[in-house]
Amino acid sequence: MKPAKNIAQLPPIDDALRDAVLHVTARLKDQPGALLPVLHGIQEAVGYVPEVAVPLIAREMNLSRADVHGVVSFYHFFRTRPAGRRVLYLCRAESCQAMGAAKLEQHVKQRLGVDFHQTTADGAYTLEPVYCLGNCACSPALMIDDELKGRVTPESFDAWLATEKT
Amino acid sequence: MTTTVYVPRDASASSLGADAVAKAIETEAAARKLDVQLVRNGSRGLYWLEPMVEVDIGGRRVAYGPVQAGDVSALFDADFLRGGEDVLALGPTEDIPWLKSQQRLTFARVGIVDPRSLDDYRARGGYLGLQAALKMTSAQIVQAVTDSGLRGRGGAAFPAGIKWKTCLEAVAEQKYIVCNADEGDSGTFADRMVMEGDPFVLIEGMTIAGLAVGASRGYIYLRIEYPLAQRALQAAIEAATAAGYLGDDVCGSGKAFHLEVRMAAGAYICGEETSLLESLEGKRGQVRFKPPLPAIQGLFGKPTVINNVVTLATVPIILERGATFYRDYGSGRSRGTIPLQLAGNVKRPGLVERAFGLTLRELVEDCGGGTASGRPVRAVQVGGPLGAYIPASQLDTPIDYEAFAAIGGMVGHGGVVVFDDSVDMAAQARFAMEFCAIESCGKCTPCRIGSTRGVEVIDRMLAGDADQRERDEVLLRDLCQTMVAGSLCALGGMAPFPVLSALDHFHEDFEGEARRIAQ
Repeated sequence: MKPAKNIAQLPPIDDALRDAVLHVTARLKDQPGALLPVLHGIQEAVGYVPEVAVPLIAREMNLSRADVHGVVSFYHFFRTRPAGRRVLYLCRAESCQAMGAAKLEQHVKQRLGVDFHQTTADGAYTLEPVYCLGNCACSPALMIDDELKGRVTPESFDAWLATEKT
Repeated sequence: MTTTVYVPRDASASSLGADAVAKAIETEAAARKLDVQLVRNGSRGLYWLEPMVEVDIGGRRVAYGPVQAGDVSALFDADFLRGGEDVLALGPTEDIPWLKSQQRLTFARVGIVDPRSLDDYRARGGYLGLQAALKMTSAQIVQAVTDSGLRGRGGAAFPAGIKWKTCLEAVAEQKYIVCNADEGDSGTFADRMVMEGDPFVLIEGMTIAGLAVGASRGYIYLRIEYPLAQRALQAAIEAATAAGYLGDDVCGSGKAFHLEVRMAAGAYICGEETSLLESLEGKRGQVRFKPPLPAIQGLFGKPTVINNVVTLATVPIILERGATFYRDYGSGRSRGTIPLQLAGNVKRPGLVERAFGLTLRELVEDCGGGTASGRPVRAVQVGGPLGAYIPASQLDTPIDYEAFAAIGGMVGHGGVVVFDDSVDMAAQARFAMEFCAIESCGKCTPCRIGSTRGVEVIDRMLAGDADQRERDEVLLRDLCQTMVAGSLCALGGMAPFPVLSALDHFHEDFEGEARRIAQ
């Protein structure tokens, strides 16, 4: 079966995006409970799960659009808009709070000029809150993409930011 | 002669620079033409000393730490490959008192073995539990787990054997073993350490569970925040499959067990077992009504054993050494050992596996060495974001499920977060409600609406005068009672515990005028 048939019934979608989605669904959709692996696959390939792709995902998975939208919107990790080039996950949970996470949070927000869930104007960084990175013995913690940092201070954050800019 | 040097690949050690240290050691050894074999082990759990480098000297390991990449050249100068003295020298690892005082059963190999090597795992007692299980009937395996007294280490402390027995007795063509690796509680990292440092023990535990209940397929539901654990598990599953420990015919027994890692997507609620099952089925992680129990109707409607990482990783040693061996540790109805995770504002944070029964004070003061800031301990939150805040006056409570329940707390997954006297407990209470509002799955009203109203009431209490505060406190306590009694699962049902404990033990922090005057 060709995965691209009946495409005319769907809202218009960019060719590259359609190919990317179909590539992922063809590979993963037949396993039991496939929707989360599929969404992870799309977010990894495209960088986010575009709303315009939802009807196509739904058709390929034999689900309703509401089902897919409901899952995408339920989980904090899935994003429906592009992120910055790097995503910063700053821990807000208790262990980090005990080690000055609130102060660090203020500093990072001020430094980047964004609030949580926002991307800097130059498209470089997206800031997301996270509730525990499992790095509680080295609080406060920050994860940059999938690189974990421990015992982060406003100073060490600035030092990291400076190396990024050079 | 080749010298083996250990540098942890553990996520926390890496977050402090372990990868750069490993690289520096390789570079320096090459430059000095020294024959060094580098092993990336898990962490021993002495996190204030990470990155901790160990050198194998005649079969005995000697530790140095905390090491930064810049220290490596000096270590070579001090001849650390032969145990040379250095300012960072810690002596033989096993003699470090912090480690010596522990009883490591579940964590017996974590930090010691190479997590990528099946041979290393087998050389240190790995797969002996499975070998024993293969000679037993399903009912005998379940009986051994029941007799050991092992209770769910994820937080609910439900006897594992009873869960397994229910699943064993359910009749179905397909059954599942699900591992809850969605370790979302703040202050916890034991699951992560097992998966990164000794992934084969989890695989072995799940395989034994499969034999015990007649399940041929298992899933590890792993949080997305643990990319290193994902890699470690995947490598271990591949190795175990290649060696015949997983697949259609486990060790020639004729029984199949297939294992797969599934990634979560950042929802705290998916650590709740029924919500996790929904998520594995590709749905929103909304809590299910119970009954039916997952052991009877779980994943895809089939009988399912769902246990936490530490619970499953403890099964091999029970089968290897026998139920009595494990049950002989512990106190009261809390049998065996518990991996406690010391975190927050503490001088010596890390992993402490001990028999149940040590007091919270022994843990925080003797193991932890008090606060990192040097200020007095004011509150300790045990059991994650839904656990009560325990005041310094109750530090002598023994760590045991029943003793904690008696003071309105819970041991949970064993996370212990220490706060010094600069903590604002009203802010912590507000955060508990805020967190519940962010993470509520939305299925039941007490949790979905109650948590938002909880934040609002606390805000009004903090802004109001004494009369207003008194009225709002009555309202807040009433709301907490509604949430505790009326919520579908532990999120809404327990989020009030940190709030109520803050009100009961730290009332002065809620007194608005006092706060304003202080500011």
